[in-house]
Amino acid sequence: MEASVQTEILCFHCGEHCDDAQWLEEKAFCCYGCKTVYEILSSNDLCEYYDLEKNPGTQLQFVQEDAYSFLDEAEIRKKVLTFDSSTFSRVNFYVPAIHCVSCIWLLENLQKINPAILRAEVNFALKTVTIDFKPQLVNLCSLAKLIASLGYAPSINLDSDDKPVSGKTDTSLILKLAIAGFCFGNVMLFSFPEYLGLEKTDDQLGNIFSLLNILLSIPVFVYADADYLTSAWKSFKQRQINIDVPIAVGLVALFLRSVWDIFAGIGPGYLDSFTGLVFFLLIGRWFQNKTYESLAFDRDFKAYFPLAVLRKSGSEWKSVVVHTLVEDDQIKIRNLEIVPADCVLLSDEAFIDYSFVTGESKPVQAKKGDLIYAGGKLIGQPVLLEVQKKTSQSHLTCLWNNEAFNKSSESKYKRLIDRAARRFTWVILGLSLITALYWYFTDASQVWLIITSVLIVACPCALALTAPFTYGNMLRVFGRHKLYLKNAEIIERMAEIDAIVFDKTGTVTHGHTPEIKLQGALTHEQLIWIGHLASYSTHPLSKLIHKYAQKNGHVEVTEFKEIPGKGIQGSIMNRQIKLGSAAFTGYTGNSIEASSTVFISIDDDIRGYFKIKTSLRKNIQKLIETLGTTCVALLSGDNSSDKAEMSTVFHPSTQLLFDQDPHQKLAYIRNLQRTGKKVMMLGDGLNDAGALKQSNVGISVTDDTGIFTPACDGILQGDQINLLDKFLKLSKAATSVVRWGFVLSFMYNAIALSFAVTGHLTPLVAAILMPLSSISIVLFTTVSVNWIAQKELGTKLAHAS
Amino acid sequence: MTIIILLILISLSIALIFLGIFYWSMRSGQYDDTYTPSVRMLFEDKIKKKENRDDSQKREIAK
Repeated sequence: MEASVQTEILCFHCGEHCDDAQWLEEKAFCCYGCKTVYEILSSNDLCEYYDLEKNPGTQLQFVQEDAYSFLDEAEIRKKVLTFDSSTFSRVNFYVPAIHCVSCIWLLENLQKINPAILRAEVNFALKTVTIDFKPQLVNLCSLAKLIASLGYAPSINLDSDDKPVSGKTDTSLILKLAIAGFCFGNVMLFSFPEYLGLEKTDDQLGNIFSLLNILLSIPVFVYADADYLTSAWKSFKQRQINIDVPIAVGLVALFLRSVWDIFAGIGPGYLDSFTGLVFFLLIGRWFQNKTYESLAFDRDFKAYFPLAVLRKSGSEWKSVVVHTLVEDDQIKIRNLEIVPADCVLLSDEAFIDYSFVTGESKPVQAKKGDLIYAGGKLIGQPVLLEVQKKTSQSHLTCLWNNEAFNKSSESKYKRLIDRAARRFTWVILGLSLITALYWYFTDASQVWLIITSVLIVACPCALALTAPFTYGNMLRVFGRHKLYLKNAEIIERMAEIDAIVFDKTGTVTHGHTPEIKLQGALTHEQLIWIGHLASYSTHPLSKLIHKYAQKNGHVEVTEFKEIPGKGIQGSIMNRQIKLGSAAFTGYTGNSIEASSTVFISIDDDIRGYFKIKTSLRKNIQKLIETLGTTCVALLSGDNSSDKAEMSTVFHPSTQLLFDQDPHQKLAYIRNLQRTGKKVMMLGDGLNDAGALKQSNVGISVTDDTGIFTPACDGILQGDQINLLDKFLKLSKAATSVVRWGFVLSFMYNAIALSFAVTGHLTPLVAAILMPLSSISIVLFTTVSVNWIAQKELGTKLAHAS
Repeated sequence: MTIIILLILISLSIALIFLGIFYWSMRSGQYDDTYTPSVRMLFEDKIKKKENRDDSQKREIAK
């Protein structure tokens, strides 16, 4: 036997697999688009593009002829161009496809392709390219088409800019820092004579120095510390006290007292401490921003909604994760699946349930060409949609976190922190007052410096930071392991769970290696009908039936309806077809043992049934054993044919209940909660939405569908379900890290305050300690969470691969 | 001793000029993008390639 080596042909331009390779100069390309780009680059001697990175291109989306013709209209031109004259124009395009060094190189060498382009400059961080060109030789539309034809289609957004404007805020902080530093240095310089001892005869000089100090301190007071003052003022207006109030009070007190001292001739004031204080506070703030940025747990980049959708690629439908969708992708959405991004309807009509977005559960009818918004749920027949905007993870998460879906119990720690933070600030103000009085009577010269130290060093920010950073990092860890939680409060609730309830179909079992047998007489044509009807539903059993009856053929189905817990029905060629449970289809015979049965009825006449035996998920046996008695019940909408098998899997004390409809599942959970248990429910979100909502934590387990019910608290990828016990352990660990963080921040405050009150702390040292404390808390929580996660899950990954 | 005051004023003005220059450089936006210039300077100049081509052409003629 000859063994043949399978070599995959990868496209030279984009690196994608070539089904039907097109060859040019001994290089393979996956499509005409990639080949064309190569030809353009090669003829303009720009092949260095391929030297800088391997397969740097992206597969071209088809660009229509008139895609950018709107750019030539005068109104729009004005909006898009940053500079315009008859001989010189400059345009700034946002190009989301910029992702590597080759992209920068190619876009900055555009002038080689079209001589009307003078120069082009890329800003990699913002993914923009600024092109200077001669408008009398090339118009904006051709420019856009040129870069689109190279694979870098510009994304033109005329109303608001969706690119992050992170540079601006940083600049103002740096300017404030510069001014504070400048003035601090000079004030120190002019205070030197004071330190070294001016004689009485040089009074005049002393006054001049003090005046200079005041002049230098004014910009610091007015501009550099403006953030603190305005924040404190705003909270005063709302009759509240926030974290910045003690700092603002300290700064104002120090400045005014110093000015008074100088004008009344009492002394030289404390302007050196004042300017130094502001300088170090700003450094601390800048440093904090940098630390937070690098530790940021931006879910858009690390954790994705594990929802999948069918996307058309070529002539096939492939299941892809929603975050990979781009504009102009064609997707197919089935019954009860969520629309992941803003789309235009390609099919004739669709019924969309916008309850997730607007709260209104009455389905809205959409016609061909209508815009369908992300978050809508499709009811009825599957439809074809064309994506208009990329999926916005943050938008979907925002909808999910809507008030309407919140469970009544609020976060225990959040309330604790809010109350603590408020009381804390009052305590600090009170403490500083007492200290002031004490020192006034003991040694009046020290008063102002000491109260400022007290006001500055006490930092409730550590309190406020512990919980968000710990939970945020834990969310990121979970996300990396395919458990996507709605928000950080869920972790707290997960730590308290002491009872777990499983749904059977799709959660404990799945359809990866099913055994399907058809009993009954069906014609070839009827089998095609049934397969087609089953493809409209996303129920695990329907998917299996569809795969079994996988025969091509176009069939018209009308009046499609899916009744959760019962079955699906539709009308094909004027015959009413029903697929579902015995009661739904009207089967009155004996129950069939040892498998899930889906009955088939055509025109209310039972024609046969499918015997489907699904297998258990891999490793779930081990998980159930580890959970032991915590796993309280298995609720299944199926019949009890699997009882024997399930009993061997589950602990003898676990209740196995079958033939449960959605209401019974909900009632069971409620009863369990009444006995004082905190319940976690794992289901597939199809017919246990109510139960998921009722439970303390409801997790929806998905495989590769877009089923999403907002009532759940988290989405878990099916093949990661065996990590459930680790996830619970991690949530408990997270809450203990938060508690330790509180303890640490209290200890820090107690020690620092005792030093300040006894007069051993200068304001400058206090200003340095403050950001140090918050950074150390942040580092502590981040390092703890990551270390614990590594211990629990890190080694697991190594074994799994 | 009054000369000190004059010196102070002069040095302060010079320092203020530098502060102004710093302010202007921040505003000019040269610090907005710190990544791309680091990549850009590593690109090779086209002139080198042209020289190679000329060299290879010369070699062909010589043959």
